[in-house]
Amino acid sequence: METNSTYNYTVIRQFSIMTVVWGIVGMLVGVIIAAQLVWPSLTFDISFLHFGRLRPLHTNAVIFAFGGSALFATSYFVVQRTCQARLFGGPLVAFTFWGWQLVILLAAITLPLGITSGKEYAELEWPIDLLITVVWVSYAIVFFGTILKRKTPHIYVANWFFGAMILTIAVLHLVNSAAMPVTLTKSYSAYAGAADAMIQWWYGHNAVGFFLTAGFLGIMYYFVPKTAGRPVYSYRLSVVHFWALVSTYIWAGPHHLLYTSLPDWTQSLGMVFSLILLAPSWGGMINGIMTLSGAWHKLRTDPILRFLIVSLSFYGMSTFEGPMMAIKTVNALSHYTDWTVGHVHSGALGWVAMVTFGAIYYMLPRLYGKTEMHSAKLMELHFWTATIGIVLYITSMWIAGVMQGLMWRAVNADGTLTYSFVESLERMYPYYTIRWLGGVLFLIGMLIMALNVWKTVSNGKPTVAAIPQTA
Amino acid sequence: MDLTVFRSIMTVLMFLIFIGICVWAWSSKRKKEFDDAANLPFADEDETDEQN
Repeated sequence: METNSTYNYTVIRQFSIMTVVWGIVGMLVGVIIAAQLVWPSLTFDISFLHFGRLRPLHTNAVIFAFGGSALFATSYFVVQRTCQARLFGGPLVAFTFWGWQLVILLAAITLPLGITSGKEYAELEWPIDLLITVVWVSYAIVFFGTILKRKTPHIYVANWFFGAMILTIAVLHLVNSAAMPVTLTKSYSAYAGAADAMIQWWYGHNAVGFFLTAGFLGIMYYFVPKTAGRPVYSYRLSVVHFWALVSTYIWAGPHHLLYTSLPDWTQSLGMVFSLILLAPSWGGMINGIMTLSGAWHKLRTDPILRFLIVSLSFYGMSTFEGPMMAIKTVNALSHYTDWTVGHVHSGALGWVAMVTFGAIYYMLPRLYGKTEMHSAKLMELHFWTATIGIVLYITSMWIAGVMQGLMWRAVNADGTLTYSFVESLERMYPYYTIRWLGGVLFLIGMLIMALNVWKTVSNGKPTVAAIPQTA
Repeated sequence: MDLTVFRSIMTVLMFLIFIGICVWAWSSKRKKEFDDAANLPFADEDETDEQN
């Protein structure tokens, strides 16, 4: 039985399992829409399964259902274990789980029905937005309440990253989702024109910067040291790169709107801050990877560590690619092409998903009375299918994107366009097929993980972990 | 005040704050505190888990 002198592992088990479930769902939808781009009449023109309806379902499912559940699970694990305190908030804790699942369920119903506010990564309509707000505020109360009742003198750096994520997402969500409801399923944004676009991408980029970066850096700062068996390479660096990262990310959003009607100075500001971001991003990557110095041999034998270190490598790569793509002249080539899609996925699959897999593989056996997953071989297999899948995905999108950019800007001597849009689309067939294949491999990896998780859970018993009684 | 002057002051101020954070983080007074904090993930080892 869990009591007040044990950690709350129940909610972590729930979120961990749902991370795997929503991972499969979200990635399956991704594979379907990737297939639609190769075989356009795949879903027989059924409106619910139209690309425009399924695409937001895919992004919401992988970011907020898969990524969100992973963040809840890991942050609850890390905050309890580094504060040596049971989660604060009593029934609020269970509410964050069931409330978040309800949000996901409502998203899965409304998005295929075409009920959307049309804001990218914030498509959900106002009643769901209100529910998100309530759940998120409860999450903040649980998390910060636990920090307040900690028995340890310091707040570990991972908790700083989780905390920044929780606070910033609350602000972003509230501001960007401000809307005037017309009916239960329709509302209009409180903003208009260029201001609306700027607020949307202030939100959109910080969803990347705080939800998908700061939160997952929190995961990295606990699980990499734990798996490597040594403290983080430089705690000082972690402090400096934390403050640099959070104060820089918030300004980078306008790089989504280069060469639009956004004021020119705002575009330049977004570009400059995106370039500066390279430094704090790489600070985090170097700090994570260098934690392994002197323990590199563990990479050969520990599949969990391999997931974590490869995720950091992809993090380093995509945080180099991002600032580069934010340079106006590079963006003139890359924007609106599949290069952007490739960039997002090297971050989302390579960094976010891989670090999540590592963390879940570390936590799950410990939540079910074991020290190791059911099968190391299956973890190994998952690692390689996922890695090959990512490489196929991003290389095909690089080629596709650069080709699109070059074809769209090519002009004849008389100033007319050399290629029609359809000509560039036609050239995409092989690359879209390779991308689909990469996605299929990644999904297969996820199914292998589900099998391994199933075996581990069904052979295990829920752990009751006592909180150390030292002060 | 001219807006450009204000912006310049803000830029310099932000830079000084950054330098301040670096000096604070690398001062030798913080060393023990940071070492303790860095070891927090290990302060609570799995041996304390009881299984039932």
